[in-house]
Amino acid sequence: MVTYSAPLDDVRFNLFELFDYEGEVASLPGYEEAVRDLVDAVLEEGARFCENELLPLNRAGDEAGCVFENGVVRTPEGFKEAYRAFAEGGWVGLACAPAYGGQGLPKTVQFALDEFVCSTNLSFGMYPGLSYGAYRALELHGSEEQKALYLPKLAEGTWSGTMCLTEPHCGTDLGLIRTKAEPNGNGSYKITGTKIFISAGEHDLTENILHLVLAKLPDAPPGTRGISLFLVPKVLVGADGALGARNGVACGAIEHKMGIKASSTCVMNFEAAEGTLVGAPHSGMKAMFTMMNAARLVVGIQGLGLAETAYQSAAAYAKERLQGRALSGVKRPEQPADPIIVHPDVRKTLLTMRAYNEGARALAVWVGMALDIADKHPEPERRQEADDLVALMTPIVKAFMTDAGHEVTNLGVQVFGGHGYIRETGVEQLVRDARIAQIYEGANGIQALDLVGRKLPQHMGRLLRRFFHPVADFLEENRAEAELMDFVLPLAKAFGRLQQATAWVAQQGLRDPEEAGAAASDYLRLFALVALAYLWARTAKVALAKREAENGAFYDAKLATARFYMTRLLPQSSALFAAIMAGAKPVMEPEEAWF
Amino acid sequence: MSIEKVAVIGAGVMGGGIAAQVANAGVPVLLLDVVPDGAENRNAVAEGAIARMLKADPAPFMSKRAAGLVTPGNIEDHPAALADCDWIVEAVVERLDVKQDLYRKIDAARKPGSIVSSNTSTLPLAKLTEGLPEGFARDFVITHFFNPPRYMRLLEIVSGPATRPEAVETMSAFADLRLGKGVVRCNDTPGFVANRIGTFWIQCAMVEALDRGITVEEADAVMGRPLGIPKTGVFGLLDLVGIDLMPHVDRNLAETLPADDAYRTIRRELPLIAQMIEEGYTGRKGKGGFYRLNKSGGKRVKEARSLATGDYAPAAKPALESLQASKAGGLRALVEHEDRGGRYAWAVLSQTLAYAASLVPEIADDIHAVDRALQLGYNWTYGPFELIDRLGADWLAGRLEETGAAVPPLLKAAAAAGGFYRVEAGRRQRIAVDGGYEDLPRPDGVLRLADIKLRSRPLAKNGSASLWDVGDGVTCLEIHTKLNTIDPEVLALIKTAIDITAKDHKALVIYNEGDHFSAGANLGLALFAANTALWPMIEDMVAQGQKAYMALKRAPFPVVAAPSGLALGGGCEILLHADAVQAHAESYIGLVEVGVGVVPAWGGCKELLARLAADPKRPHGPMPPVVQAFQTIGLADVAKSAHEAREKGFLRPMDGITFNRERLLADAKAKALLLAEGYAPPEPIALSLPGPSGKAALDLAVRDLSAKGMTTPHDETVADALAEVLTGGPDADHIEPVPEDDLLKLERAAFMKLVRTGPTLARMEHTLETGKPLRN
Repeated sequence: MVTYSAPLDDVRFNLFELFDYEGEVASLPGYEEAVRDLVDAVLEEGARFCENELLPLNRAGDEAGCVFENGVVRTPEGFKEAYRAFAEGGWVGLACAPAYGGQGLPKTVQFALDEFVCSTNLSFGMYPGLSYGAYRALELHGSEEQKALYLPKLAEGTWSGTMCLTEPHCGTDLGLIRTKAEPNGNGSYKITGTKIFISAGEHDLTENILHLVLAKLPDAPPGTRGISLFLVPKVLVGADGALGARNGVACGAIEHKMGIKASSTCVMNFEAAEGTLVGAPHSGMKAMFTMMNAARLVVGIQGLGLAETAYQSAAAYAKERLQGRALSGVKRPEQPADPIIVHPDVRKTLLTMRAYNEGARALAVWVGMALDIADKHPEPERRQEADDLVALMTPIVKAFMTDAGHEVTNLGVQVFGGHGYIRETGVEQLVRDARIAQIYEGANGIQALDLVGRKLPQHMGRLLRRFFHPVADFLEENRAEAELMDFVLPLAKAFGRLQQATAWVAQQGLRDPEEAGAAASDYLRLFALVALAYLWARTAKVALAKREAENGAFYDAKLATARFYMTRLLPQSSALFAAIMAGAKPVMEPEEAWF
Repeated sequence: MSIEKVAVIGAGVMGGGIAAQVANAGVPVLLLDVVPDGAENRNAVAEGAIARMLKADPAPFMSKRAAGLVTPGNIEDHPAALADCDWIVEAVVERLDVKQDLYRKIDAARKPGSIVSSNTSTLPLAKLTEGLPEGFARDFVITHFFNPPRYMRLLEIVSGPATRPEAVETMSAFADLRLGKGVVRCNDTPGFVANRIGTFWIQCAMVEALDRGITVEEADAVMGRPLGIPKTGVFGLLDLVGIDLMPHVDRNLAETLPADDAYRTIRRELPLIAQMIEEGYTGRKGKGGFYRLNKSGGKRVKEARSLATGDYAPAAKPALESLQASKAGGLRALVEHEDRGGRYAWAVLSQTLAYAASLVPEIADDIHAVDRALQLGYNWTYGPFELIDRLGADWLAGRLEETGAAVPPLLKAAAAAGGFYRVEAGRRQRIAVDGGYEDLPRPDGVLRLADIKLRSRPLAKNGSASLWDVGDGVTCLEIHTKLNTIDPEVLALIKTAIDITAKDHKALVIYNEGDHFSAGANLGLALFAANTALWPMIEDMVAQGQKAYMALKRAPFPVVAAPSGLALGGGCEILLHADAVQAHAESYIGLVEVGVGVVPAWGGCKELLARLAADPKRPHGPMPPVVQAFQTIGLADVAKSAHEAREKGFLRPMDGITFNRERLLADAKAKALLLAEGYAPPEPIALSLPGPSGKAALDLAVRDLSAKGMTTPHDETVADALAEVLTGGPDADHIEPVPEDDLLKLERAAFMKLVRTGPTLARMEHTLETGKPLRN
């Protein structure tokens, strides 16, 4: 059985104890009201909705999937009602601006809620998630008319959004797209082409769907420099906001997938569909990237959400599943067997899951807060610094947290044994649902290339400063703290390796880009492990100071998990370092014909 | 005879520039022009020219003192002054009658045996001397300078049948040794050498671009970098020199060239050019040209002119496959490419190179001289014959034949022999008119590292630097990184160079033939290390640099540094640690570290202090050198010539200055050998420094500047750290001299403190990304 209750305590610990949410985020202009009490209430309410409304729909949605008939997509039973309640509760527009009818809460809070949604029903979460992406792209790049006409509908959830990038012959290499946009002469455009793998491209949850479509104008320069972004509504919208005729866009088919089966993944055909330009001509990639960057962070959180459910379910199961006896002797003589949690390997598995999850949650909160600061801080330098951190950590959040999501959900199945492998238990669904997160929004290999090829060299390594300096400062400040040695020393060692590997990758990459390419994914993981080690060390410092508090067990568990992370997981950094330093030769030498 | 006094007649851009360069060489010069109608000040033209030049940038004068060697005057009142002059150069308007009138005046006033020359670019020598006394013709040559005369290294010299050979020799030697020019002897043919071929190339590139619908951006991208030509290409070059010049040059050549000359076939009147001149689009000096900067809307946008419509649009980066192909496959890949960029390149290059090959021996006897003319006069990396060799002489001849074009006999000969140049037994040779090969001429006193590299292997080498044996027991350390910046590998090779030289050699010269001696420490490396908090690595880089430079200073043999171009920061600090410097006159020397938010820490603070304190001509006592060094370093003051470097204390009176770049290595080597006799390394130094009381005085000065709003907050932080080092630290007082190791420690500490601040890192980043300093 899947067991889940939203990790409110841990979210609070991160927001209010490990980080200074109130000082850093609630102090930003526009977020003055988002104080701790309000955030607490919102998260509790959101947690309740996810546990009570979304979780029960999850397995049935997986079994039923979406159905495509006569050009129409039906979501599984119960989704419509749940979506209506979700929208009416204001959850779609949680982080949207009050001017457009949103709740105006920080992204930090949105991310926390996103985790709960992903934990309980990732397929469901896709629909409002894409709407928020479309909202952000329009908010940042749309004209005043576009914003006035569309943003309120997106924020209230009556209309939804999509991102139409991929075409049958190109996904990663968007310079190759063929979808065309021809000017109508009245400011609008005719969009023609086929897009595939379009999440939420067609469904029955909202009265209209706004497609954000990448296409090329007739005079477009070649490659990604010639891509423009268009807004194409499923149902045409009058200047007064009233719905009109159906536009020339239709769903041609839906995909049959490994996971997230209740999320519709559509082939979208655009036949002279009417659309309007978003932003300047040929600058669609820029607009798309703002959307994609936010989306990549959310995909990382999807990995975490699923992993959290896997952990909670596995931990509960391991405590109640009676099988065999402890290696050191009988623990529960009154029972026919001991619970499997007595076994070292099961404990190691559970701790691995927990250490990754809680570390990843701290990472998500850190980056989420930086996103809010980058957006709203009054001082340009602070905005720049925060934006640098977000840019640097985005590929790490996306790739590491989804890789960890895959690992952890798989470990969950392992704890359940045969009972995990059958569908009724529900934990194998988590593995299948988690798998896509490593692929979409830029496959994890692409994330690694983004890190070494773009983020490392950007501004002569300035982005790196936003991570390396805080870590170096933390090490310097705490190197004399005897109680912290168990955390500071392993962090210092792994950090030194990351410094060396960074210098090596940067230098080799200048000489030969394939060296950087061959190191990329190992380097990303090394970076992520060090980032988690830094957050675990900071966590341990907070926990040590609070151990005597009334909630002592919570902090004891934090310290124990931190110790486990430092001693049993962080040592992977040595292996990764060795692999990186081995260079590209072992990878590039084998001839193509041997494969 | 030697030239010790000079007169320049005509105080326009060229005449003024020539006079300035003569003064730069330390030779007194008269600058004469006409008396303006009704002028009260009869020297107004020449005086105005000098005043203008003192403000010009790039500066014609190498130092203020040089300007003092120019005496303004006018030709009507002062003809008698010409009697003192050994060389009289005329740079007046290009009209035969005006020039000949002037020559008669000159001839009446000059002393016997003095040399008279014209800076004409269009009039043949035969015409200039026609009807003038035989004695005048014997002393007359054409000396054709390129603009600006200080910076352009080419001087074309044309002599006539009547000219005395000694006059040509004297003139050439003066131009070479004193003015630093690369002299190319040309025959008396229209356009001489550089402009004959250069103008053909420009016309051809314009006409072909118009006919083929190539944009100016595309033409310049194709004609520039891939050919080893400055990135201004052809249209950017016209903007630079002035588009209004073109019709004159074109018409002159069209009128004076032989009837069957290929130039007459390819050139045509271009209405586009006439229209641009009429509209005032004469280039950078006018409203703009083929490019212009549009400053509307607060942003500076570079725009390019459409050759078809004359409209301006934001300059676009050309997306031509041929350009990509040339990056990997070189010149041949460019001209063989089938896109319009490739076809354009082939059209222009094949015609220009064939034209050049058809002109030898008409314009000069020597292909190498022709190549040098284009290199020194047009800043081409490769001359036309070198370009042919890069394409392959036989390949070019074959392709010309295929397309039905004429193949000049010299090109045929080179194709058969295997190229215009070859290396034989470690010597570079060029093909002669008879088809045989001869060594390239190397005058006495010209020693080229490039030649040495052809015939020997380095004594030591790594990715950033090499050590060569340059003969007579002298080694040469060559840095060869980008901009010759100094990285840990350079420091490692310094150490190796010292070991090797100490064992088997007498002296070490530090020299390279790149554009710059060294732009300083590799900032990118330091910044990347700082961004990743690799503080120990940075401190180690500082310490290793100090160690290497101290080892140079303490080496048991003399070290001579021979800079040309930039010697900044860590590059300047090499000069400061050398026993002597032999500097190219065009050296730009300074300690610019504060610009990137740090202080000189490879011994620069210490050595500059020591030099200023040891200079008997400067005020004594512990404070004056500190104040001077604080100003020089604190303002990142760069000397814009070797002479200025001497005034600022970077060079000592004993340090030498060489005007001709090609003679720098030989001069440096000679200096090193001279020092090697009975050489003993300098004793360790200790400096009397004022300590905290001195620092308080400097702090006061900074506060004063800050009160006037002349400093930024970070300027003050950097100045504070610099003042701490220069005054000897908190424990210093002037009674007890501070040993040099302690000063190095202070430099290191100040550097490490500053490099950990955000504003310093922001400065480094900005400088690396934009090439400009950040004021934060």
